[in-house]
Amino acid sequence: MRKTDSASDVPAAGATDGLGGTVALEVNSPVDAPIEAQKKEFVGRSPGQLAWLRLKRDRTAAISAITLVILGVIALLAPVIGKLRGMSATQPFTDKLNDYAMPLGYAGGMNSTHWLGLEPGNGRDILMQLVYGMRTSLLIAFASAIVASTIGVLIGVLAGYARGWLDSAINWVIDLTLAFPFLIFALAVIPIVEDRFFGARDAIPASFRVGLIIATFGMFSWTYTARLVRGQVIALREREFVEAARAAGAGTQHILFRQLLPNIWAPILVTLSLNVPAFITTEAALAFVNIGVIEPTPDLGRMIFNSIAFVASDPWYTLWPGMTIFILVLAFNLLGDSLRDALDPKSTR
Amino acid sequence: MVRFITRRVLVGVATIIAISIIVFGLFFAVPSSPAKVMCGKNCDPASIAAVETRLGLREPIVEQYTSFMKGVFVGRTYAPGTAFERQCDAPCLGYSFRNDEPVTAILKRTVPVTISIVVGAAILWLLIGVSLGMISALRRGTLFDKIAIGISLTGASMQVFFFGLILLYGLVYATGWLDFPSYTPFTENPLKWAQGLILPWVTLGFLNSAIYARLSRAQMLETLSEDYVRTARAKGLPLGRVYTKHALRAAITPIVTIAGLDIGASLGGTFITETIFGLRGLGKETVEAVNFLNLPIVVATVLLAAVFIVVANLIVDLLYAVIDPRVRLS
Repeated sequence: MRKTDSASDVPAAGATDGLGGTVALEVNSPVDAPIEAQKKEFVGRSPGQLAWLRLKRDRTAAISAITLVILGVIALLAPVIGKLRGMSATQPFTDKLNDYAMPLGYAGGMNSTHWLGLEPGNGRDILMQLVYGMRTSLLIAFASAIVASTIGVLIGVLAGYARGWLDSAINWVIDLTLAFPFLIFALAVIPIVEDRFFGARDAIPASFRVGLIIATFGMFSWTYTARLVRGQVIALREREFVEAARAAGAGTQHILFRQLLPNIWAPILVTLSLNVPAFITTEAALAFVNIGVIEPTPDLGRMIFNSIAFVASDPWYTLWPGMTIFILVLAFNLLGDSLRDALDPKSTR
Repeated sequence: MVRFITRRVLVGVATIIAISIIVFGLFFAVPSSPAKVMCGKNCDPASIAAVETRLGLREPIVEQYTSFMKGVFVGRTYAPGTAFERQCDAPCLGYSFRNDEPVTAILKRTVPVTISIVVGAAILWLLIGVSLGMISALRRGTLFDKIAIGISLTGASMQVFFFGLILLYGLVYATGWLDFPSYTPFTENPLKWAQGLILPWVTLGFLNSAIYARLSRAQMLETLSEDYVRTARAKGLPLGRVYTKHALRAAITPIVTIAGLDIGASLGGTFITETIFGLRGLGKETVEAVNFLNLPIVVATVLLAAVFIVVANLIVDLLYAVIDPRVRLS
């Protein structure tokens, strides 16, 4: 996965070999440097810098990144927004609902106080719910992606480097995990584990459910990263630089984490970035069937679930959380795609 | 070939056994007391004990597992030698905690619904998705290609619950063009069957088409840049033959893999689609069972979903050997 600026690899023609006399341009050099190229400023760029340059030129990436930064800042500043608008996420405005618990006014009760209207039924401000819900979503998605990648990298490096029975054993565990119906299993395991720790009538702290969701996601989503890393490590472990390190007396730990890992960070980063939108969707899906984050913690998926009952009379209630999830996922997917293209110069898309 | 198949089948069986142990252990050992869940709120210790005896929950977990597996293959007798003795014929998956209905009867009722949803949607998404992807690969850079990419990008980031509700509002509530989805068995009235399921088919079909269009476009582009495609064209083979005979076969192989796995995974329960459209399939049944901690149903549906995935894997492996002759050598 090493990428080098095509120009920096080329031995500068006309350079001396130290013995006097000019060394001719190497015939089999990868790129025959045109004469003008040498006159240009010679800049050595690391693969990371090159990827960054490519990413900066990508307009889609820029737009998605800006969108995500704005949404991220809004989510982080949720309490501040609540203070500024003088309302909390769970505050019911039941006086602004009619007798059928539908918001008064047009388009789901949109007005200058409640920009996106009110929730039918309990009369909470939709914008505040969205802002806090986004925070929940992003927190769970990022934490799960980091947990999954960490487990995946550690296990993948271990399997790739270990060979023999350990490699086979890990491979079998990966196959087994992949055969698990993940969503259905996650759906089933969360309430059951919860029941173990809390009785039917105890109040379950919201943080416990959040932690449980992150743990479940992490437990079942490391396989892809692990496979990827394992493959890369197997390809790299026979290379000369690893042999050189070993000859120099480097320990296994040094070879694994200082020699091998820096060479495979690019695909790991791409997987991580594409995992985030996948987890946003999955978390919303769990909340959608009532196994996600529990009340009163706001959650986008649960908002959509609650809105099913009101689709016919107040479609706006479905639209806002739906659009928010859609924009988040789309922006993350586009950014992840651009990142992959930037890190892999061979990709055609 | 025979050895290849035997090995694959053995690995599949081993995987299912391993999963059954994990699922059973986790679901039956972890909750504080399955009998208490079943018995309800106002339950005295005596009736809990009775429930436990009746369901065989007093035995050690290992024995519970073996009698469960025995029940699946040869049938079992619950609580032998007590007043609660009852015979459960193979395949026996236990009884629902809620109303004592045999789990197999519940599966018989719900599985056809899910299969109907998945089969119809899969036909849609394979036809639309793959052909869209192939055409846009062949017309790379044209307006058609750009529109197709745009649609598939948006579709691939769209969620089933959002898109399904938009369709539900747009086609059912706002315009009244379609009826609210319902399930009629195919054998009863094929036309009504299709009419009632059209909305879930379109929802799942469109969203998956987007993913498959992206995938098949990328695959086709990669194949078209291969040397042998260039050779075939250089030999003077007509373009149509090059595409269908040489490129398509290679490009379709990975798509078959992914389609097989997707269909296998969906058969385990399309629970979001079923929840939106109020269809009582495997997914909705699981969701409800989970919310009531109705363990026998949960264990059965999770295991069934795992069996679907493993079988789909197996079929994909075999299909692979048919499509790609190189696999047979290994």
